[in-house]
Amino acid sequence: MAYSIRVNGETREVDVDGDTPMLWVLRDVCGLTGTKYGCGIAMCGACTIHVDGQARRACFTPVSSVDTAQIRTIETLHETPVGQALQRAWRELDVVQCGYCQSGQLMSAAALLAANPKPTDDDIDMVMSGNICRCGTYGRIRAGIHLAATYLAGGGGAT
Amino acid sequence: MTSSKSGTGLSRRQFLLVSLAAGGGMLIGFPITGRSQGAAAASPPSAFIRIDRAGRVTLILPYVEMGQGAYTSQAQILAEELEVALDSVSLEAAPAGQVYASPLLGEQITGGSISLRGAWVSMRTAGAAARMMLTEAAAKRWGVTADSCRAENGRVMHKASTRSLSYGELAEEAAGLPVPELPALKSPGAFRIVGKAEKRLDSPAKVDGTAKFGIDMRPEGVLHAMVQACPVFGGRLAALDTAPALRVKGVRQVVQIDDAVAVVADHTWAALKALRALEPKWDEGANSRLTTADMIAAADAALQREGLVALRVGDVAAAEASASRRFEAMYRMPMLAHAAMEPLSCTVKISDGRCDVWVGSQIVGRAQRVAAEAAGLPLEKVSIHNQYLGGGFGRRLETDYVSQAVLIAKQVKAPLKVTWSREEDMRHDYYRFHNHSLVNVAVDAAGQPTSWHHRVVAPNIMARWLPAYQKDNIDLDAVDAAHGPYDIPNVLVEFTRNEAPAGLTTGNWRGVGPTRNVFVVESAIDELAHAAGRDAIAYRKALISQAPRTLAVLARAERESGWGSPLPARSGRGVAVMSAFGSHLAFVAQVSVEGAGHVHVERLVCAVDTGIAVNPDIVRAQIEGGVIYGLSAVLHGKITVNRGRVLEGNFDTYQVVRMAEAPKIEVHIIESTEDPGGVGEPGTSGAIAAVANAVFAATGKRIRTLPIDHAQLRNT
Repeated sequence: MAYSIRVNGETREVDVDGDTPMLWVLRDVCGLTGTKYGCGIAMCGACTIHVDGQARRACFTPVSSVDTAQIRTIETLHETPVGQALQRAWRELDVVQCGYCQSGQLMSAAALLAANPKPTDDDIDMVMSGNICRCGTYGRIRAGIHLAATYLAGGGGAT
Repeated sequence: MTSSKSGTGLSRRQFLLVSLAAGGGMLIGFPITGRSQGAAAASPPSAFIRIDRAGRVTLILPYVEMGQGAYTSQAQILAEELEVALDSVSLEAAPAGQVYASPLLGEQITGGSISLRGAWVSMRTAGAAARMMLTEAAAKRWGVTADSCRAENGRVMHKASTRSLSYGELAEEAAGLPVPELPALKSPGAFRIVGKAEKRLDSPAKVDGTAKFGIDMRPEGVLHAMVQACPVFGGRLAALDTAPALRVKGVRQVVQIDDAVAVVADHTWAALKALRALEPKWDEGANSRLTTADMIAAADAALQREGLVALRVGDVAAAEASASRRFEAMYRMPMLAHAAMEPLSCTVKISDGRCDVWVGSQIVGRAQRVAAEAAGLPLEKVSIHNQYLGGGFGRRLETDYVSQAVLIAKQVKAPLKVTWSREEDMRHDYYRFHNHSLVNVAVDAAGQPTSWHHRVVAPNIMARWLPAYQKDNIDLDAVDAAHGPYDIPNVLVEFTRNEAPAGLTTGNWRGVGPTRNVFVVESAIDELAHAAGRDAIAYRKALISQAPRTLAVLARAERESGWGSPLPARSGRGVAVMSAFGSHLAFVAQVSVEGAGHVHVERLVCAVDTGIAVNPDIVRAQIEGGVIYGLSAVLHGKITVNRGRVLEGNFDTYQVVRMAEAPKIEVHIIESTEDPGGVGEPGTSGAIAAVANAVFAATGKRIRTLPIDHAQLRNT
């Protein structure tokens, strides 16, 4: 059946089965390929999106479950102050390597910072251990989240 | 490119091919050879620099970007000698073509930590020659000598006057000038871009979701397929009832090929759901009873077979006969999957007698050949559009997923993206195969090794994958670093070939041969030191006194790690040292082992001498990443086969290191003016060995089988 969903501030009609995960609705139907497929079983975090501000694994979020929730993907992460700060920190520290997991890393980090503006290493490890990076950028992700937190707190000449 | 005017006096001894670029400007072609300037002369160009009328510099490289930072560091090397700003250089991946093949390897390969090493001299030479020609063009226009001009930031300046011209204004005149044969290169002391931690050029697109990977391709009208090959290695599709798949909404077609079934649909989920609804009948073939235990037994049996002699120095038998003690140990390393974050995917459009392929590949020329063969088209009708790779680690050095996608797409009247599920990716890998090793060491009364005998049991990957990298039927990668950097008077390295059963494909895995051999060598040396009652680092130092670069990294790692300072109970430090890929590295891992046996890697210190670190931050990142990849292997990595099938399928069963398990990694770079070495591979190689030795220091239990069996480390 057709579903009416709200993605990045736009309403979209998608005609798919209700069990279709948001991952494939976003990538294949909406053409938003920034959200990545990594495991399909909510074990790697590459597909992380925001559903009403909460981090969710899009591969385990059926389209029938999102109803009127606001969906945000990596494509509009820069529209939020937290997203801007994180992307800036990621560029500053050159966090990325292959880059494939980084959309999901950033979306998870953004939800973390929105809820906890000054996370400790343990807070970060707890939340971010749901996101796998095979290039091994974990140390820089951790540092990137701390750096973004300082930008948001007014340090480092936030833009 | 090929339409440009050529033959501008190219002599056989000439290194560069310079011509007018199509669309205006200057085109410089040069071979990337990894050899000295002079030796490179006869090779055809495999990389190109285009300077357009606006002064924009485009570097067309036969390498791909898979996270290793090649596009950034290669651009730095060019910008340095060409005298342009780094941000005026943009990168393009070369299309597939024999012209782009590495003359060393005969293939267009990104892997083996060779990209930067290959480009170091040739890229600088090309940049310097172009700069000289542009300077000469300006001098001619002004009627002055080239000596009175200098190039800076994309312009040529006349020192005595205030005149200056941009490269863009000079490019076409420069293209017609004689090419300098052996341009002088800058000395390392004069570098202003090389050696700087310049920001990665691919960062912006990778933080805002705009970077396109192979799996992101969406040509007009694309359909989506998910595929399942016979779960048993080497099996075939016997029979299939397609009806259950065709009932799923959005499904267009079910495609059958010899060994796999694919469902084509409007979106990937419909394809996956329909694929799961199918119950294909497989002809499981010869491997239907294969188990991991069988393969371990076969590798153990191979350890008893004499191998081909890869290296013989002195007389090992005589040393063994006069030894005061003998050390013998057996090492076992498991099968491993690559598990790159981007599952394999390939998008194919076959129309009008052409085949277009969008893919992330580490071996583009071969991808083109297998696509042409599968499509039944001549090579020139096949184009490979290479994209960012969501991790390579060796998996994308293979082309099975390319030929498979083309075979499926041939049966579909629309552009088709074929995506492997994570499970498919893990169960149909080109695995790092079981590698076993037998080490025999003769030891004198002082505890020093007098002979080193290492029998390597491994498949000959190169026989299939890169025959040129064999010598006398020995896979040269398999025996790389098999006696370490140590000065031992008598050495025998044997290669005993042990292939996987037909149908089970094996291949290259990050760190390649040294990843297996550094673990073996460093574990054995560590045992020898312990048996001699010596400190593990002091013992090694005495054996590398003739290798100053190796010695220096070891001393640095010793100092930075606080080696020897007290640690709590069930904590320990382990060391590993290696020279491979043109680099020298020492690692100190610090671990603590829980009472229940779980190993925590708390800190990892690495000292690296990679020659000139073209981009020190990328060097650091590569070591950090290589270490994490190695930690996943030493702590968790194991692929298990039962009834010819791989049991692990996803990250729930094939565990990898996550952030909470990731140690603090400190990378210390030794200043050097030597030519750059490779850094993509060795972090993985060294981390495994250092952690295994640290576990011994913490628990007294020696790790000779990987991955670490945490249950055996229980403090009972």
